[in-house]
Amino acid sequence: MTAMAGTGIKDATAIVGIGQTAFAKHLPQDEKTLACRAVLAALDDAGIAPGEVDGLASYTMEETDEVELAKAVGFGDLTFFSKAGYGGGGSCATVAHLAAAIACGQATVGVAWRSRKRGSGPRPWTDTAVQLPTPAQWTRPFGLLRPADEIAMLTRRYLHEYGATRDHLFNVALACRNRANQNPAAVMYERPLTREMYMTSRWISEPLCLFDNCLETDGALACVVVGRERARDCRHRPVYVHSAAQGLPAQHHGMVNYWNDDPLTGPAWTAARHLWKHADLTPDDVDVAQIYDAFTALIPLSLEGYGFCGRGEGGAFTEQGALEIGGRLPLNTSGGGLSEAYVHGFNLITEGVKQLRGTSTAQVPGAATCLVTAGEGVPTSALLLRN
Amino acid sequence: MLTPVTDTDGAPFWEYAARGELRVQACGDCGEPRFPPRPCCPHCQSFAAEWRPVSGRGRVWSYVVPHPPLLPDYAAQAPYNVVVVELEEHPRIRLVGNLVSHAGAPLDSVDPGRIRIGARVRVAFGDDGLPRWVPA
Repeated sequence: MTAMAGTGIKDATAIVGIGQTAFAKHLPQDEKTLACRAVLAALDDAGIAPGEVDGLASYTMEETDEVELAKAVGFGDLTFFSKAGYGGGGSCATVAHLAAAIACGQATVGVAWRSRKRGSGPRPWTDTAVQLPTPAQWTRPFGLLRPADEIAMLTRRYLHEYGATRDHLFNVALACRNRANQNPAAVMYERPLTREMYMTSRWISEPLCLFDNCLETDGALACVVVGRERARDCRHRPVYVHSAAQGLPAQHHGMVNYWNDDPLTGPAWTAARHLWKHADLTPDDVDVAQIYDAFTALIPLSLEGYGFCGRGEGGAFTEQGALEIGGRLPLNTSGGGLSEAYVHGFNLITEGVKQLRGTSTAQVPGAATCLVTAGEGVPTSALLLRN
Repeated sequence: MLTPVTDTDGAPFWEYAARGELRVQACGDCGEPRFPPRPCCPHCQSFAAEWRPVSGRGRVWSYVVPHPPLLPDYAAQAPYNVVVVELEEHPRIRLVGNLVSHAGAPLDSVDPGRIRIGARVRVAFGDDGLPRWVPA
């Protein structure tokens, strides 16, 4: 143990409870009920009573607010509550905010959660009434309507500049699907993927095909964060928040990051600099990674951003089974957003915890460190977890 | 079809576009162009701005070809192209648009298989006041 007082949040807190509902294209319960179930499951997993919770963190897009959740599940008096913005970019930030709050004494037991009926509910891009003036006025009238279109634009440029191919994107989709095929909770548990299926699937926004896009899922997840002393008394092996970061680069424009010197260098690079600066570990020390995968193309970009390879090498990195179990960097071992469930990346956090407890359905033998990231391509966040 | 929902900063762009002029916002003090428009200059923090005419020539920086599901008016023309064009004078100023066969032509009037990154294009305004692009 190398943690010392005065080193910020390093190893000061741990994730001690995780909970989730079922994942499906359609669940009958509403989002509030799903949120309550996930949160109570996480507290039960930790062995902590709801009345002890005094800190909360979620996403700005979360529809179940603190008041509704707290009064439904019976939280105590809350002294810290925060929300992180930018959709899936806020996933790891929820845990980061709790870790910071607990490390500096603003809370003692924190809960982070995300509940979303994205499978049976509306697709946000179909809402034409709330077309945001900036930057939508510059993009949507021309038919650049969906996140898939916005990221496809960067993907095309990435493939063009660095010689990456659709086979590299397939490697990402395949690794996630293979792990989902090991995970009974995954939406795609019994649905293997082949290269032929991938290459002949319908386009969504060329160069992205159906299998380059994440699932649309109903479900909820939660986790519980406490200080390191308290963590030793919980039911499961603590999973320490070793390092955490948010990242909003100078002159960044979100998913339509077309208007700066280097649009392909996104928030991952900014988050990574902070993450590694405050860590005792390097990318070579990471045993398993849960990298935000709303689209396959975010993986090669993130592999570069977080320092697993050099600029433009993210495609080649995926070759020779590098992302599979036993490969150089096993990826998204629950199946991720592409093949387990798309709940704005929160399942990547809980899967990171499972790996470091040794309880994943696709366990990396002896995994002791896990990188978890939020969405590249939007203001983002990341966690470096260790056991 | 969606029309631009403008804001204070962006309105001049669309007013010039409605007259068939392509202009970009530039700092009134240091002269640095910026896009999208915003209240002040990120280089020198000046609130002075001007709208600088540009030639309307550029190159395709990237493009996509959306397929359904899409909003109905767009699904009716799918697959169509959306391009990002970097301006000849200011390569870091890139505009989202469509490559069409001629001014006023539909979004699917160019075969997507013929689009190339780096291809020279020039601006063309149709009746809707939106800047689109034709092969140069």
